[in-house]
Amino acid sequence: MTWVRNNIDLIIRLTLDHVWLSLIPIVLGALIAIPLGWLAFRFQVARGTLLTSVGIVYTIPSLALFVLLPPLLGLPFLSPASVIIALTLYAVAIMVRSAADAFLSVDPSVLRSATAMGFESWQRVLFVELPLAGPVIIAGLRVVAVSTVSLVTVGVLVGVQSLGYFFTDGFQRRIEAEILTGIVMTVLVAVLFDAALIGIGRLVMPWAKVLQVQATSKEVATR
Amino acid sequence: MIEYRRVSKTFRGGNQAVTDFSLTAPTGSVTVLVGSSGCGKTTLLRMVNRMVDPSDGEILIDGHNVTDHDPVDLRRKIGYVMQSGGLLPHRTVSQNIQTVQRLTGVPHKVAAERAGELMNTVGLDPDLANRYPSQLSGGQQQRVGVARALAVDPNILLMDEPFGAVDPLVRRDLQRELISLQQRVTKTVLFVTHDIDEAFLLGDQVVILQEGAVIAQQGTPEEIIARPASDFVAHFIGHTSAQRELRTTSGNGVKLVVDDDGRIHGRLRE
Repeated sequence: MTWVRNNIDLIIRLTLDHVWLSLIPIVLGALIAIPLGWLAFRFQVARGTLLTSVGIVYTIPSLALFVLLPPLLGLPFLSPASVIIALTLYAVAIMVRSAADAFLSVDPSVLRSATAMGFESWQRVLFVELPLAGPVIIAGLRVVAVSTVSLVTVGVLVGVQSLGYFFTDGFQRRIEAEILTGIVMTVLVAVLFDAALIGIGRLVMPWAKVLQVQATSKEVATR
Repeated sequence: MIEYRRVSKTFRGGNQAVTDFSLTAPTGSVTVLVGSSGCGKTTLLRMVNRMVDPSDGEILIDGHNVTDHDPVDLRRKIGYVMQSGGLLPHRTVSQNIQTVQRLTGVPHKVAAERAGELMNTVGLDPDLANRYPSQLSGGQQQRVGVARALAVDPNILLMDEPFGAVDPLVRRDLQRELISLQQRVTKTVLFVTHDIDEAFLLGDQVVILQEGAVIAQQGTPEEIIARPASDFVAHFIGHTSAQRELRTTSGNGVKLVVDDDGRIHGRLRE
């Protein structure tokens, strides 16, 4: 506890760094992956190519990517940009597949009905397909969020500061409290992102909660 | 008035859904297309609002070829009801009914007011306005579907097996209400079903279709029941089954109507 009290400023600073380093890739990843996922859903030809290539990206070890990106993109070492770009790539890799699944999960008869009502194609995508894909997209984002928060810690090995610093520093100096603090705070940040995503989902998709409650009550009824 | 002139449709892959189909659905009356699944009846319906374009022939609404209209504009002017209402699950009852009005830029307040009126017209409790479709019964969802189709007061109503997914009792209610609704609002209705009893109940004109949307017989229910044009029609409307062969018999001093199986259907009122 003494260690925590003496280092509270550092803990707060690194936690905030960690939140930023996670938030940007999650948001960017979603913004890039959702349209790609839609393309994969909409066009059979795009599906195979897209899903295979994101699958390959995901197999590259994170440390390798952190080290490779700066020379490839002409970025200085120790720059958070390389970590952010690498983590965005991973987020996209996970998210494209779940976004494609999300759009595939929408009932085709609802889409036909929307067309019959007179939605323009773009209106249908924006006002019908996207919101109805929402619950599965949020589920995918929750996986992305947890994975990103944990991968940010690896960035410390290429000199980008985050809660991961407590792992390396604590390990080298044999301070158990420091390592433990790093773990607890990382988990806390992950839980925070998860809760925020659930909250956003409930807020913008009140109807999905209704569906869920109905499904559970039906399950109970059939038992 | 909807006119089909020598319409054919071959889908990619060579499936000929419709072959040289001609028909006139008169203004203000109910025309029912009835046939087994896969006979092309839904394809015929979707041609009217250009969800499907014919490979050959033309479709006219009040003398104008549908291909002269922008498909989106056309669809917004034509009411469309499908099985389970085809409601948008993420929008409330009221928002579902307002769909087309909101698409055409009608102010929210006006559209909401109209939605309220329509809920009343189709017999929906106003308390349901802010519910989501999944919170409604099948019959209620169907009513919302009808209300939504009526929202912009279209001349034409296309109904694709609208009552297929509800239980028989509710279906009978909905059919009865459609008849009374039609007496009040009088639309040109094109109705697709596989249920011959529904066709005879609702149709001013009934069109019995064979595979490839070939017309086996068209006419009023009376004409078809009295004189089936072919064995196919006789079989399809159930003449060959004992249930349509009715006779009267006396019992306890009243005339009873009995079918060929001997099942008593009811009492003959004189």
